[in-house]
Amino acid sequence: MTSATISLGKRRARFSMIRRREALSGYLYISPWLAGFLIFSLFPFISSIYLSLTDYSIIKPPRFIGFDNYVTAFTKDKLFWPSLRVTFFYAGVSVPLGIAGSLFCALLLNQKLKGTALWRTFYFLPSLTPVVSLALLWRWLLQPDFGLINFLLGKIGIRGPGWLGSTEWAVPALILMALWGSVGGGRMIIFLAGLQGVPEELYEAAEIDGAGAWSKFWHVTLPMISPTMFFNLVLGIIDALQAFATAYVATQGGPAYATWFYVLHLFSHAFKYMHMGYASALAWIFLVIVLFLTYLQIRASERWVFYAGMVR
Amino acid sequence: MLTHWQRMGSQRQSLLETRGFPIAERMVKRIMIYIIVFIVAALFMLPFFWTVSSSLKHPSELYVFPPKWLPATPQWRNWPEVWRQIPFGRYVLNSFYITILAVIGQVASATLVAYGFARFRFPGREALFLLVLGTMILPQQVTMIPQFLMFRALKWLDTYKPLIVPSYFGGGAFFIFLVRQFLMTIPLDMDESARLDGASSLRILVNVLLPLCQPALATVAIFSFLGHWNSFLLPMIYLNTMEKFTLPIGLRYFQLTAETGGDPKEHLLMAASLMASIPGIVLFFTAQRYFVQGIVMSGIKG
Repeated sequence: MTSATISLGKRRARFSMIRRREALSGYLYISPWLAGFLIFSLFPFISSIYLSLTDYSIIKPPRFIGFDNYVTAFTKDKLFWPSLRVTFFYAGVSVPLGIAGSLFCALLLNQKLKGTALWRTFYFLPSLTPVVSLALLWRWLLQPDFGLINFLLGKIGIRGPGWLGSTEWAVPALILMALWGSVGGGRMIIFLAGLQGVPEELYEAAEIDGAGAWSKFWHVTLPMISPTMFFNLVLGIIDALQAFATAYVATQGGPAYATWFYVLHLFSHAFKYMHMGYASALAWIFLVIVLFLTYLQIRASERWVFYAGMVR
Repeated sequence: MLTHWQRMGSQRQSLLETRGFPIAERMVKRIMIYIIVFIVAALFMLPFFWTVSSSLKHPSELYVFPPKWLPATPQWRNWPEVWRQIPFGRYVLNSFYITILAVIGQVASATLVAYGFARFRFPGREALFLLVLGTMILPQQVTMIPQFLMFRALKWLDTYKPLIVPSYFGGGAFFIFLVRQFLMTIPLDMDESARLDGASSLRILVNVLLPLCQPALATVAIFSFLGHWNSFLLPMIYLNTMEKFTLPIGLRYFQLTAETGGDPKEHLLMAASLMASIPGIVLFFTAQRYFVQGIVMSGIKG
């Protein structure tokens, strides 16, 4: 009796020691991330709250001014609302088009074609172009008088617009650039992965029920890849709201602030005018917008995202 | 849920191909699909064609209407000319230096962290992993300014450290997620048998799991390479001295000088842009087999 208890106790002690060692190893392995999280995320995150409540131009130490920066942004900054509007317009158009385009390309490449690897490479190549190259390349393609795009438009009887030089067409031009650079990229590959995860049996069952191609896409493919869609949507929106580099290189926010994206605004205040406090406030407003949009999407996703099996 | 081991085994064939449609109709459908696939590919490739063609044009052929599809005689010297007009070689070296060090950091630390999350039980694991995922939606704009001030206090401005050092701290949420997902598909028996042979946990990772993880690691390495090679915002914030510029910043600088100078330089800008894209393209070609596999197997579905 006693010996049994002792051995049980011993075993438990040994077990818990193994457990403790395992936990220790676990912490050790994740420690780079943990340290990085504290140093490069959490600490900056918290200090940016404080910075956003100060007037800070680097030269002088930060001066606490309460919510003045936020008040300025909402009421006095003439570029704040326009930059938000441009950014939302850009995201609102480029994200749905980009996702539809990527899905379309993924469906094409999922047709068991000959030379799939080659086609996939063609589709993927634009997304490998560095963003500065992409901007320079499209500036030249969209050159109003001597560029290829307007020349081709002219051939079919359309007088091409001034593109990046026109206040009306500069944002559509940037959307076009973004689509070219992203439709065949990582997002398409992720869709492809999602499509390949749809069990063939479902299509077979649908066929037996007499479903056509469209109905199979609508009732089998779409629900089955809805988690992929959700993933692409959430990250796509965050990405689009952060649009910066193409506009910075191709238009510098012009003409007449037509492409003055929110992050461009933030960047200018932070690193051009050295308004670190004000830029931090802009960053926090941005964070709240991003988190709110993501929250809305998560809430909405309960209605349309379908997790097969649910056991993850 | 099927693991990829099982999935690989069951190569399925579409029923469409074995019964149903009359052959003629199927042929027409197939051809239509090929035509669409080709048109889309042409749309993607046309800008490249135009860039290559422009990069080989004589300056006098740039601003003409109607535009010429091809240069009269290809000006091959345009490409080396770029290296003479700007310190292109210097930029390439700088970019490679930063990129390689950062990729090593990201791959190594993402692997270690992913291993910790995938194979060890410890209190708070689920919560911490959620935190990892949460940082994915944290826009970098929020942390950018305090990070800048921090690196400034460390006297790291105008050095490569701000562009490299953070890579060694976790390697980024997306990469941790990707490698962890991949590790979870590898049966635990693999670890167990090695452990019974007396292997330490690090040994198990290096000798047993890493060889099986090649597709995931290649995927992380490619994404990481492209991310750092193409990175624009951070180098622009941190680098001031021209000799330290990375390729994208150098290109941007070249664009600014080209715009102020009198002669058209679009041919050189196009050549420079193309040359800057080459490393990424070459890398993708050599590793694309792993790359697609890596994403498929890690089962990213949201």
